[in-house]
Amino acid sequence: MTGRPLTALLLALAAMTAPALAQDHDPDATIRIGSLYEPQNLDNTKGAGQGITEAFNGNVYQGLFRLSDSGAVEPVLAESHEVSEDGLTHTFTLKDGVSFHSGDPLTAADVKYSIERVMAEESQSSRRSSLAPIADIRTPEENIVEIALNARSISLPYNLSYVWIVNDAAGDITDSEDGTGPYRLAGWRRGSSLALDRWDEYWGEAPDNGAVEFRYFTDATALSNAMLTNAVDIITSVQSPDLLAQFTGTPDFTVTEGQSTTKVLMAYNTRKPPFDDAKVRSAIAQGIDDEKLLGAIWGDYGTLIGSFVPPTDPWFVDLRDVNAYDPENAKKLLEEAGHGGGFAFTLDTPNYDPHPIVAEFIKSELAGIGVTVNINVITANEWYTKIYQAHDFQATLQEHVNHRDIVFYGNPDFYWGYDNPEVIDLIDNAEKSATTDERDEKLKQANRIIAEDAASDWLYLAPQIVVSRADVSGYPVNGLNSQFFVSNIKKAK
Amino acid sequence: MILGVSLLIATLVLFALLRLLPGDPTAALVGVGADPEQIEAARRQVGSDLSLPQQFAKFAGDLARLDLGDSYVSRRPVAGEIAERLTVTLPLTFISFVLAILIALPLGIMAAVWRDRWYGAVISVISQLGIAIPVFWIGILLVTVFAVHLRIFPSGGFPLDGWRDSAQAVRTMTLPVATIAIIMSASLLRYVRSATLDVLDSDFLRTARAMGSGFAEALVRHGLRNGAVPVISILGIELATTFLGAVVVERVFSLPGLGSMLLLGIEQRDFPTVQGVLFVSTLLVLGIGFAADLAQRAIDPRLRERRRGAP
Repeated sequence: MTGRPLTALLLALAAMTAPALAQDHDPDATIRIGSLYEPQNLDNTKGAGQGITEAFNGNVYQGLFRLSDSGAVEPVLAESHEVSEDGLTHTFTLKDGVSFHSGDPLTAADVKYSIERVMAEESQSSRRSSLAPIADIRTPEENIVEIALNARSISLPYNLSYVWIVNDAAGDITDSEDGTGPYRLAGWRRGSSLALDRWDEYWGEAPDNGAVEFRYFTDATALSNAMLTNAVDIITSVQSPDLLAQFTGTPDFTVTEGQSTTKVLMAYNTRKPPFDDAKVRSAIAQGIDDEKLLGAIWGDYGTLIGSFVPPTDPWFVDLRDVNAYDPENAKKLLEEAGHGGGFAFTLDTPNYDPHPIVAEFIKSELAGIGVTVNINVITANEWYTKIYQAHDFQATLQEHVNHRDIVFYGNPDFYWGYDNPEVIDLIDNAEKSATTDERDEKLKQANRIIAEDAASDWLYLAPQIVVSRADVSGYPVNGLNSQFFVSNIKKAK
Repeated sequence: MILGVSLLIATLVLFALLRLLPGDPTAALVGVGADPEQIEAARRQVGSDLSLPQQFAKFAGDLARLDLGDSYVSRRPVAGEIAERLTVTLPLTFISFVLAILIALPLGIMAAVWRDRWYGAVISVISQLGIAIPVFWIGILLVTVFAVHLRIFPSGGFPLDGWRDSAQAVRTMTLPVATIAIIMSASLLRYVRSATLDVLDSDFLRTARAMGSGFAEALVRHGLRNGAVPVISILGIELATTFLGAVVVERVFSLPGLGSMLLLGIEQRDFPTVQGVLFVSTLLVLGIGFAADLAQRAIDPRLRERRRGAP
């Protein structure tokens, strides 16, 4: 993965956009991080939510590999990784001298235990299915793990970057931890904050700060106020364009726009008319001016996308010209599809930002091509029951935040029900590729097909914006997969 | 006895009402990317797949053992978290309450006694305004002025160590307490004022004065005690309302109290959490009503005698 021109470009970009490193930093500083994502518990296989990834990935727990902030898969607890000729056996040698916070040394048995924890039937990890090719995990030696697969899985190292290596003696970790990372859990007050302290016996390079406190807010305005009143040093992800204005154009704060993976889209239920017809879907896509929408919501921030794949995924292709804004052609397409007189549909709209504004915009745009949108506002919980589980909808708005999630289009049982044998085949076979190049080639093809097929309407890529106080530097700017590595954050003296 | 029956009825109604909400806790547990098999497993694990009677039997059985169950989402005992969060909500409510009384009592009496003067009228008008303004608005106003602009108090949050970090805890509580006290004193003031007006027009006060007592002395010796009886029942209701109304204030100030726990529990359909919080709240509200009753009897001998003299 390293050496890819795109990765190199991103690294350069990240280096340019990150604030200049503070010359003289306080090695024992406490970094206060403001976030809207409080973990629900501390176990990522027990429904802890994205907040636990933000607080713990790479900070408290580490994996055999990690997805770096620039999108590269790098070894962490794996010293070496060998793949058999047939691609079905992966052998990992573990790093020497690593121990858990409890003092127990890291062994192959811990790794086996940790992977099986995610794969278990009762696991609530959303990445569980990505580990399905694993048939058996063997531990021939104290420091060697052998993973046998029932089919090639080219993304295994990437998928293992989600698997925390947990001490197999740790037991219930819903409110405690036993990881190998540079920080230990120092305290957690539900509804308020979670504190991490630097762990002095850490096997790797010591962090650039002494402690980190995540402070949680349910209200974006309260979080901004905390920043303005010096109660937090960093906001991990600014979700509200209106609140951003307070931090731009003042020397007290640094605003950084990184590479985002948050795709805002209108998903159609492609099982049922009218959205089972690609012509109708293309017409809708061509009837909405995404550029105007993004500008109205985020001003100069954010990126337009032509499909579900953001520029940070290795199979990105610029597809913005496919089904680009063209209301005249949209009308023609509707005519061809037998909807010359227009039609009406219900758009299930989550009741939180940015969806209500997006829905109003789509409604007024589509009125221009004769399509009537009935907006039905629902809560996040209803969205999950009605749409994700029951597939009871015509069209809906949603944000999909994960990196590398084109696989959803290869699953005809997914909520949007997109069922294209060619795409399913490409996505299935991509994972069985012998090389990453082969995989990327297949996924690029799949990417192009879903774009031409207008499988969904990908409106824009929401910006990933981090705001910090001017004396703080070294934080991750991309926050891929909701991770937020804290060990290089420096605070000036 | 009556307390127990009220509690039982409230518990039943809450249990039933909660189940009428659309949605279930799996949205918070598994999220996008989970397959149907995982969603089912999650339901089984937390017990939300059980039938309603089974769920109620479990809830009631746990309750009989004074156990509020485990949260679907955090997997921790609900009672433990309620106890932690009460260390925020109880002080918030009671300090605001005492402060509101300290403001409302003298001002209310002044507004009644000097109702014909301009300052009496001004007090009345201000209290009317206080009732009309929503509590979150006062909260946001205080944050904007005292936190964002003047930087005297923090805009929200609560220290990780809680009250052990007492200086910081007091600082973070100041604006929320002020917010509730302002709103609460405004409505209390009106009750105190009208109770005082009733007393001022009463025969017993006129008699007391006719018997040579000074106005101030008569008001303090006879008026206060008489005026207090209706005010106390109002105080009980107000205290209960404030306790429940802390939801809004806790949200504005990002306080980890019972209100924010309830709100999150409802969003996530975390029924054990919601049931637990509402059960404890009901218990406290009934307890407050009971205490107000006792206080009234202690002050007014007529209430005690009526009960004793009843056939």
